[in-house]
Amino acid sequence: MILSLPRPPWLRASTVIYGVIFFAFLFLPLVVVAVFAFNDAPYPAPPWRGFTLAWFLGTTPGQEGLFADTALLGSLWTSVVVACWVTVLSVLVGTANAFLIERTQFRGKQALSLLMLAPLVIPGVILGISILAFASRIANLADDLWGWELEFLRPGLPLVVLGQFAYIVSIATLTITARLKRFDITLEEAAYNLGASRAAVLTTVTLPYLQPALIGAAAISFLMSFENFNTTLMLVGSDSPLTVMMYGRMREGATPVLNAVSLFLMVASALLALTLLRGAKPSDAPPSS
Amino acid sequence: MSTEVTNQNQLQARLILMLLLAPAVVWLAGLVLLPHVELAILSLRARVAPRVYEPSFAQYLTFIEEPLYWHTFVRTAVMSILATAITLLMAFPIAWTIAKLVRGRSKALLFVLCLIPFWVSETVRTLGWMILLRESGVLPDLLVTLGVTPAPVEMLYHDATILVGLVYTSMLFMVIPLISALESLDDSLIEAAYDLGGNGWSILRQIVIPHAAPGIVAGCIVVFMLTLGNYLTPTLLGGKNSQWFTEQIYTQFITRFNWEQGAAFGFLLLGLSTAIVWLGLRLSGQKFGEVMQRS
Repeated sequence: MILSLPRPPWLRASTVIYGVIFFAFLFLPLVVVAVFAFNDAPYPAPPWRGFTLAWFLGTTPGQEGLFADTALLGSLWTSVVVACWVTVLSVLVGTANAFLIERTQFRGKQALSLLMLAPLVIPGVILGISILAFASRIANLADDLWGWELEFLRPGLPLVVLGQFAYIVSIATLTITARLKRFDITLEEAAYNLGASRAAVLTTVTLPYLQPALIGAAAISFLMSFENFNTTLMLVGSDSPLTVMMYGRMREGATPVLNAVSLFLMVASALLALTLLRGAKPSDAPPSS
Repeated sequence: MSTEVTNQNQLQARLILMLLLAPAVVWLAGLVLLPHVELAILSLRARVAPRVYEPSFAQYLTFIEEPLYWHTFVRTAVMSILATAITLLMAFPIAWTIAKLVRGRSKALLFVLCLIPFWVSETVRTLGWMILLRESGVLPDLLVTLGVTPAPVEMLYHDATILVGLVYTSMLFMVIPLISALESLDDSLIEAAYDLGGNGWSILRQIVIPHAAPGIVAGCIVVFMLTLGNYLTPTLLGGKNSQWFTEQIYTQFITRFNWEQGAAFGFLLLGLSTAIVWLGLRLSGQKFGEVMQRS
């Protein structure tokens, strides 16, 4: 029942109780991850053995903290590098796609813009294996025909970047197109009438207007690349990004250093999101990830 | 003179069109269409000798003949449908509360609270559930302390655990389309229905649900698709008993290096998810493009 209608007390009470349970469900896993990052024990589980920062700063063998765990730091860096590439590619191609959808007319445009959404409904694992199979087909062909060793088409970071890009660019396209759709074209026409060149109009009128969407698309692309697991797992070579590394360690039995990384990630992505929320109006918010 | 200018403009317009078209075509052909064609070819051939292949349906026959495979397939589908239904039931009251019952700052606050858990990766969220539910974890420990169970109970590696993880992981993708669908519902319609003698249940059934149908379908499609294709949550929370279809694909492709079989499994999964998405759109009269823009 809505606010303006009388609501019986039991309904009010159950709304509140349900809300509390729901948000407890949402936050409980995150809270335990954060709390056990500070537990002075070799495993992230009760009993509580006292507060320690060792899982961040520790250097003693057996209790190596996040900042001493070179393998973990290396995979964190790998994730950052991959995410930067995916972000740059996705925003560039997403912008081109947005102009293609909003500003041009050609036969088959409807079909093309539908096809651009297709990666969103392909399960990540399948996107991964299909790119893996296709890339190795090309690599084998190049090897057989010309004796070329196309190393970047074998499992490894370049393929991870391509695999993540293949579907993250769909989301970037949606975000940027939504903003470009609301652009008042008469602003550009006025600029042309005043003698501006195409390039000048693009850089002084259109792109500044698109800026919030471009930043939003970049942030979403970065976060989604950082979090991507399914596609990445299929294409990964010897350097694992963080999600794959964490997955491996979780199967072996985690130590609280994973909680420490997780807490680090939570704080980092919260800061990123807060910066964005302050910068952008709610109406510019990109669609959900 | 003027025709020359128009010609030049047309040429320029064509050039711009080509430049804008190129990245999209390279992306869609190189990373989406051709890889799936390759997958289709792989799935329809069989190795008869080293590096010698011939067309065959052997992979699909293996799937039908080996109960483990199609059991896993059916199980994955059923669990995904179940997870989608539970997610919808859990998300609806919260979406309603945020869309209709709270205003101003608390509305924004509740909305952001719904988003926060999804800013961190699925790995982190799954780690949280493992710490909560494993035998030496927080909840079994709490149950022993409260005297409910004499010894810690293993709460991981059950189907119910997998469902909890799946519902948790996909909650956001249900809540957001529901909120946007419910917000567009005019309060006065509900007031009118109430004045005309409707009660909570009949209003829900005859006004709210029909109005929110596009959002419900959008949320269900996305959640179902993500659940079906999930790998991390079922394997970590379900352990060796998870029997999830993506796991079979991974095993065939990466562990056994039997790409033909893996490709066939990939197509079966893709076929299933496409069929369900199509059916959902069909039943609700929605369009694919509009649904994906909502979610």
